[in-house]
Amino acid sequence: MLKPTPFHERTSQLCEGESWQDWSGYLSANAYELDHSHEYYSVRTGCGMFDISPLYKYHVRGRDAMTLLNRMSTRNVAKCRVGQIVYTAWCDDDGHIVDDGTIARLGDDFFRLTTAMSLLYWLEDVGFGMDVQIEEVSEEQGALAIQGPTSRQVLQQLTSANLDDLKYFRIIEDKVAGVPVRIARNGYTGDLGYELFMDANDSLPVWDALMEKSDEYKLRPAGHIALDMVRIEAGLVLIDAEFISATHAMYPIQRSTPFELGLDWVVNLKKDHFIGQRALREEVARGRAWTTVGIQVDVVALEALYARFGMPLMLPYHSWIDAIPLYADAGKKKQIGKATSGTWSPVMKRYVALARLKPEHAKLGSGLHIEMTIEGQRFTVPAHVVETPFFDPPRKRA
Amino acid sequence: MSEQYDAIIIGGGHNGLTCAAYLAKAGRKVLVLERRHLVGGAAVTEEIYPGFKFTVCSYVVSLLRPEVIRELELAKHGLHIMPLLSSFAPMENGDYLLTHPDDSSNYHELRRHSKRDAEMFPLFNQMMYEMAHAVKPILATVPPDPSAPGLRGLRDLNYLRKHVQGMSKKSFHCLTKLMTMSVSDFLDEWFETDILKSLMALNGIIGTMLGPKSPGTAYVLLHHYMGELDGAFTAWGAQQGGTGGVSEAIASAARSHGAEIRCNAHVEQVLVKNGTAVGVVLENGDEITSKVVASGCDPTVTFRKLLEEKELPDDLVSAIDNFKYRGSSGKVNLALDGLPRFSALGDDASAQCMAEICPNMDYLERAYDDAVYGGFSKRPFMDVEMPTANDPTMAPPGKHVMSIFVQYANYALDPYETRDAQRDAFGNAVIDTLADFVPNIKDLILHKQVLTPWDIEQRVGLTEGNIFQGELTLDQLFFFRPAPGYSDYRTPVKNYYQCGSGTHPGGGITAGPGRLGALEILRDGNV
Repeated sequence: MLKPTPFHERTSQLCEGESWQDWSGYLSANAYELDHSHEYYSVRTGCGMFDISPLYKYHVRGRDAMTLLNRMSTRNVAKCRVGQIVYTAWCDDDGHIVDDGTIARLGDDFFRLTTAMSLLYWLEDVGFGMDVQIEEVSEEQGALAIQGPTSRQVLQQLTSANLDDLKYFRIIEDKVAGVPVRIARNGYTGDLGYELFMDANDSLPVWDALMEKSDEYKLRPAGHIALDMVRIEAGLVLIDAEFISATHAMYPIQRSTPFELGLDWVVNLKKDHFIGQRALREEVARGRAWTTVGIQVDVVALEALYARFGMPLMLPYHSWIDAIPLYADAGKKKQIGKATSGTWSPVMKRYVALARLKPEHAKLGSGLHIEMTIEGQRFTVPAHVVETPFFDPPRKRA
Repeated sequence: MSEQYDAIIIGGGHNGLTCAAYLAKAGRKVLVLERRHLVGGAAVTEEIYPGFKFTVCSYVVSLLRPEVIRELELAKHGLHIMPLLSSFAPMENGDYLLTHPDDSSNYHELRRHSKRDAEMFPLFNQMMYEMAHAVKPILATVPPDPSAPGLRGLRDLNYLRKHVQGMSKKSFHCLTKLMTMSVSDFLDEWFETDILKSLMALNGIIGTMLGPKSPGTAYVLLHHYMGELDGAFTAWGAQQGGTGGVSEAIASAARSHGAEIRCNAHVEQVLVKNGTAVGVVLENGDEITSKVVASGCDPTVTFRKLLEEKELPDDLVSAIDNFKYRGSSGKVNLALDGLPRFSALGDDASAQCMAEICPNMDYLERAYDDAVYGGFSKRPFMDVEMPTANDPTMAPPGKHVMSIFVQYANYALDPYETRDAQRDAFGNAVIDTLADFVPNIKDLILHKQVLTPWDIEQRVGLTEGNIFQGELTLDQLFFFRPAPGYSDYRTPVKNYYQCGSGTHPGGGITAGPGRLGALEILRDGNV
């Protein structure tokens, strides 16, 4: 049985198609309207509001809090100042990724983690014998992500905090609609946006205050379908799409290192020891087996294939998460990787996907062929490696 | 004489810009000359009232060819079209019809009106989808003259023949009906619910001085179904920031390839020497030379105003003089102080979609009758779009802009009234009619812009204010557009080309004429 989030009293009233999915044991809307388009566009033109309460949340306090988190993270958390947030990964001893998430430094010895997977046992294991208090606060906190070009304006209406001063990946505590809220300037959409964390019992007034402004700032509740499209546009990897946690993978082939996911920028091999560091150093010396990049599908070629069947071009109406073979050649003689999630981007008018490729085939501009089926028949369609984020507006950091 | 260009494009409307972008992309040195202070022609966004941006004329997008979006990378240059997912049509008895993007909701909504129509509706949509697919290759074809097709024309005609033969017998017959029937008769064959039929019929009369019961209007319906967004036929959308954004995106693409765009540059005449275009003369007397000249203006401007009659053969002169414009529509744009509320939707709901004032089929036909002999409809048909329902960039927070496309307004107004008086009367008829369905509308109006067909002609240069640069009736389409023998974007004057909506595939923001015109210019190899 799935649990309601702190916002369920409101979201359940709005979810027209009763289309929910299981997000960490909570009811999470796939889309509020029967068609997800308005929700998708709200993130790129107005403001999409996502109930992200199902994220796992942990508070880590104490003299050794930093030591613990730094030992766990591939990034150097010591560089994270109070009020700052870092996106990082954590690995097992073999350098395989366990999860990714954000660490916010709320005080000198006070950190908050948000993760996709439960982490309490991991934190306790890593922190064994350290002077830390670890608290799982997932259910005690409600969380909303408001994402899109008007997110700053709408939030500014409800708080006295000066949001112009709140920089990208920074966090402050203030009141929103009279409720104490941690306001974090980040998100999972590649757009200007904020994540709001509040006491679960105080959640509804924040939701109501934001909805009160929906017409003025074109804010609307948005669900998973829209979220997955925009996170792919933003080139962001997703657990159980681009990778499986090393702690959940049953077989070696299912594990990935951060390098294999193209997360080089979150791995700091020069910092003090962290779990998996030795293995990752070895991987660098050896050369990675895989990497993850963005690809763009040649829509003209796809249209020509459809024409063979007397059909017009059919573009995916929303994103997909799958494992689609990628080949070096149209004849499918040499497989070089797989596409893991993809979407037609209505905003960019490009068909893009995240792909795990052999490094020698992953250079910018490299050509490849992706398998597609039309009426159950298999074909390959040309694609090429492009830069990520696919969509990266200046307002995201501005 | 100033510097030499490869090509001069007369008119910075969306087609002229498209033509320029393709030529520049092919490495040609291109100059676009636009009479007004901004590019876009009828696809412009203007801040008519401080803080409020109006899509002054053209207001929605669907027909924009996907190949143009792709080839000019328009999304990169700012194209950002948000889909309009539903239509709302209030009735005179207080009921309404609200269409949805999904079949299930439509079924339940239509079933309130007719169980039979609820079941027919998806079949109708499927048929129109098939029709749109059937005609799609025609949109990207240079129309061959079947009486003298030439080798390439034969090849194209053969391709189209094969494509059409691929259709089922039933579909082919349906296509024939669409080409010949009135939209009212055509819909009668499918549906029994009047509000559903009048809602669908409006796409058959837009921009056309014909009523829903006039033969030929079914084709105009098809024309409006040929659009696609992201591969989905028949989908309509609105550009963020107004349709001017589409023109701006095309202009940006053109500039990125090196095209020069000059505003406030009114071309008076095309310079012709020995039957060959060699440049243009501006209103201020400046002459600018170029190897080729293309006009994005309508056929009357292109042939009868920019050229001397002696340059043209008689058959073309008479064809152009007989070309039907007879603008039928006006536009009322409103700046609103708050959210308008449709009484049919109850107190707390506003229309987040297209709202259509077309309460029944006879209402539409009567609106036409009112205007046939001049003047305007006392109770007009209105296509109401409120872009600010989803777009935060067009008005201050909490305020709205409303774009009202109005039909019918005859270009030939009452000869005994002044233009100003008639414009006022027209504007009042629109607001009074709208107020019957949106009771709070009058209290919200901060500013009202009223355009009759004559105003559209004065402002944008469209002859008789026809939004399509000439009616979209069968006798003015494909190889008849703008005249038989002159539908291949060329003109009797060497190196002078057409690239406006007065050529195939016609009006609306398609960019089709601009693209095809540019490709023909490049094909001739004179530049």
